[in-house]
Amino acid sequence: MTQTGERTGDASEMARPNMPPPNLPPLSLHVPEPRFRPGDEADFSDFDIPAPGATPRPDESAAPADMRDLAYGLVRVLGDDGQAAGPWNPRLPAETLLKMLRAMALTRAFDERMFRAQRQGKTSFYMKSTGEEAVSVGAAHALQRDDMCFPSYRQQGILIARDWPIIDMMNQIYSNKGDRLKGRQLPIMYSAREAGFFSISGNLTTQYPQAVGWAMASAARGDTRIAAAWCGEGSTAEGDFHSACTFASVYRVPVILNVVNNQWAISSFSGFAGAEATTFAARAVGYGIAGLRVDGNDILAVHAATRWAADRARANAGPTLIEHFTYRAEGHSTSDDPGAYRSANEGSHWPLGDPIARLKRHCIAIGIWDEDRQAAMDRDLAEMVRDTARQAEKNGILGHGLHHPMESMFEDVFEEMPWHLKEQQQQMLDEQKAAGL
Amino acid sequence: MTDTLIDPEATAQMTMIQAINSALDVMMGRDPDVIVMGEDVGFFGGVFRATAGLQQKYGKNRVFDTPITECGIIGVAVGMGAYGLRPVPEIQFADYIYPALDQLVSEAARLRYRSAGEFIAPMTVRSPFGGGIFGGQTHSQSPEGIFTHVSGIKTVIPSTPYDAKGLLIAAIEDSDPTIFFEPKRIYNGPFDGHYDTPARSWAGHRDAQVPTGHYRIPLGKARTVRAGEALTILCYGTMVHVVEGVAAAMGVDAEIIDLRTLVPLDIDAIEASVRKTGRCLIVHEATRTSGFGAELLSLVQERCFYHLEAPIARVTGFDTPYPHSLEWAYFPGPVRIREAISKILKD
Repeated sequence: MTQTGERTGDASEMARPNMPPPNLPPLSLHVPEPRFRPGDEADFSDFDIPAPGATPRPDESAAPADMRDLAYGLVRVLGDDGQAAGPWNPRLPAETLLKMLRAMALTRAFDERMFRAQRQGKTSFYMKSTGEEAVSVGAAHALQRDDMCFPSYRQQGILIARDWPIIDMMNQIYSNKGDRLKGRQLPIMYSAREAGFFSISGNLTTQYPQAVGWAMASAARGDTRIAAAWCGEGSTAEGDFHSACTFASVYRVPVILNVVNNQWAISSFSGFAGAEATTFAARAVGYGIAGLRVDGNDILAVHAATRWAADRARANAGPTLIEHFTYRAEGHSTSDDPGAYRSANEGSHWPLGDPIARLKRHCIAIGIWDEDRQAAMDRDLAEMVRDTARQAEKNGILGHGLHHPMESMFEDVFEEMPWHLKEQQQQMLDEQKAAGL
Repeated sequence: MTDTLIDPEATAQMTMIQAINSALDVMMGRDPDVIVMGEDVGFFGGVFRATAGLQQKYGKNRVFDTPITECGIIGVAVGMGAYGLRPVPEIQFADYIYPALDQLVSEAARLRYRSAGEFIAPMTVRSPFGGGIFGGQTHSQSPEGIFTHVSGIKTVIPSTPYDAKGLLIAAIEDSDPTIFFEPKRIYNGPFDGHYDTPARSWAGHRDAQVPTGHYRIPLGKARTVRAGEALTILCYGTMVHVVEGVAAAMGVDAEIIDLRTLVPLDIDAIEASVRKTGRCLIVHEATRTSGFGAELLSLVQERCFYHLEAPIARVTGFDTPYPHSLEWAYFPGPVRIREAISKILKD
């Protein structure tokens, strides 16, 4: 019998002879909980937002140790007044601003149409990027077209910003006979080598070390191209994130590692990836690489940070980790109902606003745009997307038979089809024939 | 894709390690896209010396040490392949390839398929594997069955210095991702399973005379180690030598087939042999259940059923983790193989 056994007389404690002194509280497990759940009124009034222009902009070749504060701050350029302020203002020409505005609006219109197509049963699945358009479009405009992007599944804005034909994207979503990926991939898992858009995988964060490897190859070859990768904040918990950051640091790789912190990984809030303890940009500090934390709904800040990181990479000054602080305005996917786990008005109360509205306000404020032109553009884009969708549907929609030949299923597993796949291909054809199909 | 004629003047006596080193040297010399990386492979030349001298010769941009992160090594190699290089990453022991499984199975194996050929992963993953060295649980495993189960990956296992070089060159030149398992028990000499006799070296072995230049052994082609009529024995890696030793000691007229490549498999060689002999024994070090032997057994049963005169038999590692002190009871050595051959010939 131990002294702890005498403390409470509890049988389970009595069975443990080496209990600590009784003056310690029992241990407790902290399981994070988001601030707002369904039915709660979201309130971000205590949200600490640095003023636009308040964050210093270090030289692109600065040592990571000299810019640690940036990993805990928030680079912002666009103010509520629509003006661009501070050292991160990229001072883009009007033409670029309007091009980015159009690409974001097209991304949103595309998302709307494809989401509806899924609801109409024309395809099996879709994922919107609503509210996060600036993260993709801003970065795409700050990179060279031949820099290779290793996106996750929510960077369709890169393809659109790079003027990739949206009919090609739709063909992929419909898995029809025009689908270059031959109906093998789940909708939105695009691949567009010509657009510097790496094949998307369903496995999270695998593209992170791949981007690092691509950039290592470029460096080892004395090339001038760089790579960029994207993952969500939830996916930073994957082991691949760690190995990628380690490699990027060790070899001073010309790569930009983007973390799109949209606060939610399906139903898990960012606390389950570690957000209660620190920022995602601050992960960079531990690896000794440059870390920037950016207002992800401020496309000028995204553009400026990406350009800064790209310049840094091209100057052999090493990698940069950029956290884009944003909000996933809609459900995770067509298979998700966010009303089941988060407050319905979180999005509308989100303090960093909407990226398209903010750039529009800026363009109007500096006199290169107006509401009428915005309305006309939105109408034109919606019409163009609708017309293009009709075109794509002529190539077939999912389940309506206009797909690639069934025997193509066996191609591209290997460069040359080995005997066992040829046999299985023939077996399938024989089975279909026997069944009268 | 045929064997290059060997100029006898340009051959040298090599161990398997030296043959592998030579293959890497030849390929790095021929193709600037070939790069070598892994834990301890650079300055030090590898814990088994397989990459010795390469960094000095080709520079740190083409041969370099990596952090200890297998998922990183393979993930980075996938990216390098997408760029256009032909990476030859090393995983120090096959027992440590598991952290890289996601990158191998979900990425490397599927990249060509899922991108309809836009991106490929032309990498060759070298890794020492197999037991017989008192390696215990994590320096002895034979995980080939994990990879043969993955569509899109080729799996190659040499059993001699000559094959090791020719197959490794073929794997590096091949544009599909290839797992190249090197039986470390026979790195320095053939091993017939008699662990209590002095170790032999490759010196004087007919397959240790290796061309110093470029040649390749096509993937997917088995090697008939010994032609025979009494039974067919399918094996690969270290077990080729153990089987050879047992058959010689027993005076059995066995046809011994070294598969060399598991995927794609040389089904024609297997079928022809079993149809001739009517009996088939499968031998591998890996554990039994769902091991590659089960696939071999199924294929032989499906294709040679009416030629079989006895049940197809397997001698494999037991379905346990690889033990340390009990290694020689575990290892599918001469005692167990002899028993199996005797039984199959009696049936």
